[in-house]
Amino acid sequence: MTLAITDLKVTIGGKDILRGVDLTLEPGRVHGLAGESGSGKTMTGLAVLGLLPHGSRVTGGIALEGRELLTLPPKELNKVRGGEVAMVFQDPATSLHPMLTVGRQLTEHMRHHLGLGRAEARDRAVELLRKVRIPGAEEAYRRYPHQFSGGMRQRIAIAVALACSPKVLIADEPTTALDVTVQAGVLRLLRGLCDELGLAVLLVTHDLGVMSAVADEVSVMKDGLVVETGPRSRVLREPDHPYTRTLLASLPDAEVS
Amino acid sequence: MEKGAAVTPPRPRRPALPPLARFLIRRVLMAILLAWGVTLVTFVLTNLVPGDPVAANLGQRAMNDPEIVAQWRAEHGLDKPLWEQYGLYLQGLVQGDLGDSQQSHRPVSQDLAEAVPATLELAGAAILISLVLGVAFGVIAALRRDRLSDHLLRLVSLIGISVPTFWLALVAFYVFFYRLQITPGSGRVDPALGAPPPVTGLHTVDALLAGQWDVFGSAAGHLITPALVLALYTIGLLTRFTRSAVLEVLGQDYVRAARAKGLPGRVILFRYVLRSALVPVITVAGLAFGSLLSGTVLVEAIFAWPGIGQYAYKSATTLDLPAVMGVGLVVGVVYLVINLIVDVLYGVIDPRVRLR
Repeated sequence: MTLAITDLKVTIGGKDILRGVDLTLEPGRVHGLAGESGSGKTMTGLAVLGLLPHGSRVTGGIALEGRELLTLPPKELNKVRGGEVAMVFQDPATSLHPMLTVGRQLTEHMRHHLGLGRAEARDRAVELLRKVRIPGAEEAYRRYPHQFSGGMRQRIAIAVALACSPKVLIADEPTTALDVTVQAGVLRLLRGLCDELGLAVLLVTHDLGVMSAVADEVSVMKDGLVVETGPRSRVLREPDHPYTRTLLASLPDAEVS
Repeated sequence: MEKGAAVTPPRPRRPALPPLARFLIRRVLMAILLAWGVTLVTFVLTNLVPGDPVAANLGQRAMNDPEIVAQWRAEHGLDKPLWEQYGLYLQGLVQGDLGDSQQSHRPVSQDLAEAVPATLELAGAAILISLVLGVAFGVIAALRRDRLSDHLLRLVSLIGISVPTFWLALVAFYVFFYRLQITPGSGRVDPALGAPPPVTGLHTVDALLAGQWDVFGSAAGHLITPALVLALYTIGLLTRFTRSAVLEVLGQDYVRAARAKGLPGRVILFRYVLRSALVPVITVAGLAFGSLLSGTVLVEAIFAWPGIGQYAYKSATTLDLPAVMGVGLVVGVVYLVINLIVDVLYGVIDPRVRLR
């Protein structure tokens, strides 16, 4: 499913956060969204799910396979959330509820969206845990998030996001809170899932190293605008926009291949 | 937990018992130890008070007769050294004997058996009302933040916290009973109907058990005004705490993540928000129950509620030491039980607590 964002503008409390963002996500492709903090990357991701903070004003278009999400009634939007578009957040230590078991958090939206029974949902959840390579999936199902390491928690969060077979995955800095040693594993997993399931992935990150490792397309944001977009190799090797060049120049030499 | 490790299995020290059971056993043992501490403290404090029980209990003429005084002291065990008195007290205590009240000339345990259920009924009703209304108000205020209902509830809770209980009790008694005549007056139940057959000692519950609907109506009618008066402070307190706890949880990542999963609003509120928000609320409710118990002394006096508050007041003013110790012990144990309940609830709600 294609997700097309056109001329997306967001204002919060009189401040322009996004000033006309255009982005297209294609199935089976990872679209990297780079830029410094405050450039509007995260807000773009949140806008897709209608999760912007209270008092935000949104104009423009977010079309999922031709269906406009911005004007969907709340009930319909809730079906899209988690069901068709899912999200992985930055810090798995805080994005999973500390007092609910992994199994509960994996199955509740499945049962709600897909209408699965308890046993069916459980089987599917254990299978998902295996898919994101959690060792001892059966056992992990009964445990609580604090009993896992950061990398494992993010894998669980990814499993939660994938539970209802969404077509679009928004990953907001999914590796930023993780140790460098486990970042690569989580990125490989995302890449693999994208290829295997034909997901359209929006990978929000400020880390161009992460970007160069997995993204097919790269967009660079600055001050609420996309200043440059294109295939990864072109944008990272022959950037058009001066800001992209500045970003690249700020990297240690060896990182971008 | 090491980061990046493939998996971190919990290290079971004693695999025989699940963490929750271990947690419970530890807490109960602790409570028993503390209960013993309570007996020591009440005993020492009661005997430290400046005031001669002889002077409080014997008349002026008898006081002047050293023989009568000595006999009275011997009768009540006051001639023995303090540690021996404590030993005797403990010995009696294990057998359920708290000594005899010097005022009522009955076993203190018997007096308490009548007074404690009355107070528990009053305080229990008050804490129930406070929990239901306080949490509901707090949640509404948080969800309608900065709107009219939030401001109104802020005013209500402010009044609840600031108005002194004894004043409120007097006003409520005057307005609802004397002026409007919509509530029954003092006491626990209409004397014409009489108390229901005692099972739990809580008149409302006993009346229901016996199927006496008229008695239940009368008991509930007598209960509602003092319970509401007593509850108002705790309602205010819990409203404020629930509001801020809910607001804090609403800003958590996992609530946003739950929204991103497309869960319905009520599931998010009850499963995600309230579960976390209740942890601080339970703490406050436990503490508030303590202040509620001290509030009963005044409320019981005004509504002529034959509970432990009145009993404590009478015993203290007459230096009826066995009775005072009995009250101290009961109140101490009630605190312990409340704390135990709060601790156990923590463990039930939050799995992270069980591991400590």
